[in-house]
Formats: sequence, structure tokens, C-alpha cells
Amino acid sequence: MEKPKVATTSLAGCFGCHMSLLDIDERILQLIDLVDFNKSPINDIKTFTARCAVGLIEGGCCNEENVHVLQLFREHCDILISVGDCATMGGIPAWRNTLPLKECLDEAYLNGPTVHNPSGLIPNDPELPLILNKVYPCHEVVKIDYFIPGCPPSADALWAALTALLSGKPVDLPYELLKYD
Amino acid sequence: MSEFENTIHTICESYGGDRARMMDIVRDVHEKYGCCSGKAMNLIARGTGAHRVEVQSVVTFYAFYSEKPKGRVVIRLCNDIVDTMFGIEHVARAFSEELGIGFGETTADGRFTLEYTPCIGMSDQAPAALINEVVVTSLSSDSVRGIVRTLRESGDPQKLVRRLGDGNNAHKLVRAMVQNGLRKKGPVVFAEMESGNALRKALALSPVEVIRDIKTARLRGRGGAGFPAGMKWEFTRAADGDRKFVMCNADEGEPGTFKDRVILTERADLMLEGMAIAGYAIGAQEGIIYLRGEYAYLRKFLENVIENRRRDGFLGKDILGKKGFHFDVRIQLGAGAYVCGEETALISSCEGLRGDPKTRPPFPAQKGYLEQPTVVNNVETFCCVARILEKGPGWFVEMGSKGSPGTKVLSISGDCNSPGVYEFPMGVTMAEVLREAGADDVQAVQVGGPSREIVGPEGFERVICFDDLATGGAIVILNSSRNITEMARKYMDFFVEESCGYCTPCRVGNVLMMKKLEDILDGKGQLSDLDYLHDLAETVKTASRCGLGQASPNPILTTLERFRPFYEKLLRTHPKNFDPSFDLRAAVAEAEGLVGRKSAAIET
Ligand SMILES: Cc1cc2nc3c(=O)[nH]c(=O)nc-3n(C[C@H](O)[C@H](O)[C@H](O)COP(=O)(O)O)c2cc1C
Ligand code: SF4
Ligand code: SF4
Ligand code: FES
Repeated sequence: MEKPKVATTSLAGCFGCHMSLLDIDERILQLIDLVDFNKSPINDIKTFTARCAVGLIEGGCCNEENVHVLQLFREHCDILISVGDCATMGGIPAWRNTLPLKECLDEAYLNGPTVHNPSGLIPNDPELPLILNKVYPCHEVVKIDYFIPGCPPSADALWAALTALLSGKPVDLPYELLKYD
Repeated sequence: MSEFENTIHTICESYGGDRARMMDIVRDVHEKYGCCSGKAMNLIARGTGAHRVEVQSVVTFYAFYSEKPKGRVVIRLCNDIVDTMFGIEHVARAFSEELGIGFGETTADGRFTLEYTPCIGMSDQAPAALINEVVVTSLSSDSVRGIVRTLRESGDPQKLVRRLGDGNNAHKLVRAMVQNGLRKKGPVVFAEMESGNALRKALALSPVEVIRDIKTARLRGRGGAGFPAGMKWEFTRAADGDRKFVMCNADEGEPGTFKDRVILTERADLMLEGMAIAGYAIGAQEGIIYLRGEYAYLRKFLENVIENRRRDGFLGKDILGKKGFHFDVRIQLGAGAYVCGEETALISSCEGLRGDPKTRPPFPAQKGYLEQPTVVNNVETFCCVARILEKGPGWFVEMGSKGSPGTKVLSISGDCNSPGVYEFPMGVTMAEVLREAGADDVQAVQVGGPSREIVGPEGFERVICFDDLATGGAIVILNSSRNITEMARKYMDFFVEESCGYCTPCRVGNVLMMKKLEDILDGKGQLSDLDYLHDLAETVKTASRCGLGQASPNPILTTLERFRPFYEKLLRTHPKNFDPSFDLRAAVAEAEGLVGRKSAAIET
């Protein structure tokens, strides 16, 4: 039987959630027995080559490219999971949501104490995706099926969620796996 | 000392420098200067020994207080749903045009400020507005032009009152254009009364016997929740305290409720008699009437009623000759905060704090005002108390239903021929209420205000009482032309505005619910949004600290349950499972402006 396929991506995240996924340690061998990875930074496959059972999303959407990638994931995956606080509610990047976009860009590119920018311009290369008016959690952009909170969620939580999903069992994350203080 | 310092100092002194009287101090400063500036706050802090931030937290919490100067005339137009049903947009536009300012703005000459406010308790005379303390009712775009002209000429809102209302609205200490609209007098609250009768009978009993009578009458609180009054009194009587207090909840903020206004206007004596009986029963010597700021026009009148009762020996020392029974009351004015109707928030407000509800336990019966055992009851409840003592609990329980004896005063507004105040026996069916109010085209009735429920025709055989259709008195009737989902949105907006902000489920959850609702109303909702609303509503209900948050999802929950097709017809399904409310073009527009190029990625 063909193995189910999993895709992952990091949008406006820090890759910490991906690192946490790698923290499942030797269980990664089991995981590879269970699934094939499709588009993912883990294997550096850049484009979807097949329909996937599960898509893991790290990070929310802070620019238009994030939106396109997320929509692409929605189109290619049966189940989408928001992994980590950035994906579920914007997380740290969403702190900027309390400030006008112009102030953020001015601080980053013009006025910040460590900025050296003699041109006085805000970067504007057509290659650069345009930044959104605010950082959106994933579920405000596409339908998300599951949410795993944590910054990052622990390897055990990710493992428990993934294996349950892949074996068709209900996802039941005990309190200890979601408790962070 | 400058004159300014002097004035503030004198104001603080007039309340003995007591920081618990912060509401009054800030109010007096407003009356004098139109705002409570940073400088004034410093001086108040000094004059009362409060921290500056405590003064500021009061000034910024209440809608009627302000740090920044407002116009000498502040026009607060009620924009609750009944007003929107009766043409508020024309009235609002007329005010804006005549004054040349938008809502939330002050004219350049500092004369006028224009604002919206939630229900001011005049729903049967909507659209209505508060102009400083003066109530103006039945507004139209024509009357607005006259109003603004008069105000420009005289600057005195009282000049707007040309024809006085009925009953005590015409009393020389009230002089309001407000109408009682009292259409049905019942035997408990609105029957004729003679002061002293009930009190005399109470004083012939022991306090324990008085409480026993209230319990035998199975009296339940009329403010909405229906808690057994006798039990509350018993707890308070039994609690230890150096002082005890009786508080009358005259905050009446639940949109669509205005029955306490009419009781205060016509039966203040009965209410005060009930308060004194409560004082006797629980062993309290002090009472406070918490009067909502919107009803400030009744203050002088009520003070006069109190004064007369002192003169007649119904208040004060050794009441009716009973040695050692002393009881007196004062009025505490609120300042435009709905949450202050919640009894622990009401106590906070009386203590000179922000109107934050308190964590329970301890309950007010153990630790209430100034940490002392306190009974809080509704205006109407105290009227029932007096009548029960006057006529006996046996008489009382013969009326009404088994679980809710007696009568209930309803305030009926919206789409009916005879809006106004009705005293019905408890247990009356909704159909009967609608019939008497002359409502023949009824799509739905909002019972008990946004905190309670919306009822469609399938529920018109249900009965008004605490075990079925519980209500503090609000009945708002909606005919078939009214938009149910839009009403839910307005009510959510109300809760978002009025949340005290203490707990996250209420402060944030209501905003999230409202945003989702707005998406749906904008045609950007999807089927799963209804589940989302439902789940979030349950979270807010269970995780909120006080009754406001616990009730705030009800406009959504009860309309979803009973008027689901109204939502469903607005929903969309996106073929690719994208969220229909997300608009990429709008989300990049700002960045496009800032960097000076269009997104290449979005197909136009
Ligand atoms: C947000 C909120 C607002 C309230 N507003 C009022 C009010 O305006 N008048 C009132 O009598 N009770 C109001 N209540 C109920 C009071 O907390 C309290 O139950 C009532 O005053 C007790 O008196 P009763 O037992 O005589 O009804 C409100 C409750 C909540 C949660
Ligand atoms: S949730 Fe935490 S670990 Fe994951 S991407 Fe965001 S910041 Fe990084
Ligand atoms: S439920 Fe709302 S109003 Fe009540 S305490 Fe919490 S935040 Fe304040
Ligand atoms: S006064 Fe406007 S709805 Fe009550």
C-alpha cells in the first residue's frame, strides 16, 4: 500500500516548530516508515508532486507569498494542521498588529538604531512579496482542520497528533502534552 | 492656592475627603469644568489620599466622565435597536448637519459634543437623547432642527422641555417631557399606597419574622435573575459585620428596560418603604440607591421624597417611634456604565472605584459595600417587599405562578400600538402580553434584553416567570420587516462596548464573535462559522467572571437556535476551502501604497 504523504511549510514562523518536529529523535525513522514527505523544507522539495494526506503549517501569514503558499497547501492537502502559536494565532510576528504598517517599516528600514540605509528607501524590489496590513492566523485565510498549540508544540505532542491522525484514531492530546508552564 | 485648586479642594472636602465618594467628586468636577483634566486628577488624588491612577481609572472607565474637555452641551443620542427601528438615522444625520460635526466630535467653539449612547430607558418614546441631564424624546429630523436652534440661542437644555410629561414627570423638581406610559396598573407595584402602612406592620414583627414573611411570599428578585430575596436577607442578617447596608439597584441598564424609571417616578415611596423594611430585617442602618446617570433628572425629586420621609418619621432615627431602629438612605449616581447594574460592580462603583465586578465568593451578603454584609435588590423587589408586609404573604402568593408569585412590571417597546409599562401577574403568556400591547405583526420578541433570549412565534405560549421566560422587564417586539441578524450584531456591539475588560473570554471573545458575525452579515461567512460561533459562545459563557460575560453570547446563541435560516441564507461555501472573509487585495493595499507598486501576484 502506498504510504500517506505529508507536506510541511514555514510561513511567518521561526522554524522552531520544524525543529520541534525533528526533536522526535529516533522516532523520525518510524515516521519515515509511516509516511512520505512531499513539499517540505525537511527534504527541500519545493513543489507539490502529489496530493497529500496532511499538511503541517508553521507560522501565520505576514505577506502575500505566505497567503499563496497556504492556499496551495489547502488545495493539495486533505487535512491542514496549524502547528504552533504563530500559525494558530499569529504569535510573535503578530505583535506588529498593534502598530500601523508604516511605523513598522519606518522603524525596520529607516529609523531603527542599527539601521544603515543611506538611500532612505523602503525595500521595494518586485521580487519581494508585499507585506500584509497585519499578520493573519492561518484559519483566517483558509479552513484549518486542527490546531496544536505551543511555542513550539513539544515533539511528543506533534508525534501523538500525527500518529493518531495517520492511524485514523481520534486525536487525544492529554493535558500534560499541552501544558507549558 | 489658585482658584482651580481651591475649587477642587472644596469639592473633595464636601465629601470629607473620602475616596469612597470618588464618583461624586469626579461628577462635581465635571459639573464645574466639563471634564476632569490631568491637573484635576492630581488634586483629587491629593484631596482624597487616593493614588493618582485610582482617580484616573474612575475618570476613564465611565462613559459620562472624560479627561478631555467636552462641549458645554453634550448630546447623547440613544442608538439602541428600538431607536434604529424608529428612524434614528434621520435624527442622527439632522444632528450632524445642524451642528456640523460627526458623532464623537466636539464643535470648534467648544459648545457642543455629539455622541451615541446605549439605551437610556426611554425605549417606548424612541428615538430619544440625553442632552446634559435633560431627556428629549420622540425625536424626528424636524424636532432636531428646533432643538439645535434653541440650544444655540440659550445654551440651556432645560429650555427644550416645552410640554411636560404625565404624573410626577411634571413635578416641579422633575420637569421632564418624559411620559410614564403606564398602561396597566397591577395590585402590587402600582396600586395606591399610603406611606407607613407596610413599615408599621413590619416594625410590629421581629426582624426574623419579617424575613419569614418574605420567604413565605417566595419573593424572587425582580432585577432579572430571580434570586429568592428572603434567603439573601437571611444570609446578610446572619453575617458578621460592624455595619450592614441595603442597596437599591436603580441602574436599569438592560436595553429595552424602563420600568424602574416609572416606578421611581410614581412609586418612590413604596420602594423606600421596602428599603427601610429591609434595613430593619437585616439590621442595617444605611441604604444607598444606585441611580443610573441617565436618570439624573430624577435626582432632586427623589431627594425630596427622601427628605419628606425623614420629616414624616419613615427614615432617620427611631423610625416610627421604634427605639433603636435607625435607617437612612442616600443616592449614588452612576455615570453611564451598564456593567454597574451587576451587583458587585455596583458596589465597586459606590466605593469610588471602576465599575469592575468582584470575584465571588465572598458574596455581598458576607462582604459587600466597604467589605460589610450588604443586600442588593432591584427597585421593584423593594416595592414587592413593602406590599407583602402591608397585605401579607398569603395575599401575595395568590397571584402569579407557583415558582414566581406576585406580579411583574414589564416595559414593552418596539413594534406595537401601545408601548409602555404594564404590571402583569407572573405566569402571563407571551401571546397575552402581545395582545394587550397591540402587536399584531410579530416576527420575534426579545425578552429580557440582549442578556436573555429572542423568542419566535413558536414560543408565544411560553409564560413570563423566572422558570420560563425570565426577564427583568424588557420586552422588545420586532415585526416581520425587522432584520434579526442585524439586531444580534447591534447587541453584540453593546456587550463589546460595555465589557469591563477584566477577563479575557468576555473582553476578547465578544470581539471575535462580533467580527465573525460581521463577516457573515457581509456575505463572507461559511457554514463552519456557525460552529465556530457556537463553540466560542460556550467558552465565553462558561469562562467569564460575571453575569455580563456569561450572558453576552445570548444574542448570537438564541438567534442561531431559533432563526438559523436567517444566517444560513447569508453563508457561502468556497470551492477550495479558502476563508471567504479573507480579502488579499485589501490586505496588501496599504503596502502597495507604501512601496509604490501594485502586487504582481494578484490577478485583477
Ligand atoms: C451586567 C449586569 C447588569 C445588571 N443590571 C441590573 C440592573 O440594571 N438592575 C437590576 O436590578 N439588576 C441588574 N442586574 C442584576 C444584579 O446583579 C442583581 O442580581 C440584582 O440587582 C439583585 O436584585 P434582585 O434580586 O432584587 O433582582 C444586572 C446583572 C448583570 C450581570
Ligand atoms: S510557534 Fe514559536 S516555535 Fe513555532 S514558529 Fe512561532 S515562534 Fe517559532
Ligand atoms: S465577564 Fe466581562 S464584564 Fe464581567 S468581569 Fe469579566 S470582563 Fe468584566
Ligand atoms: S432609550 Fe433607546 S432603546 Fe431604550
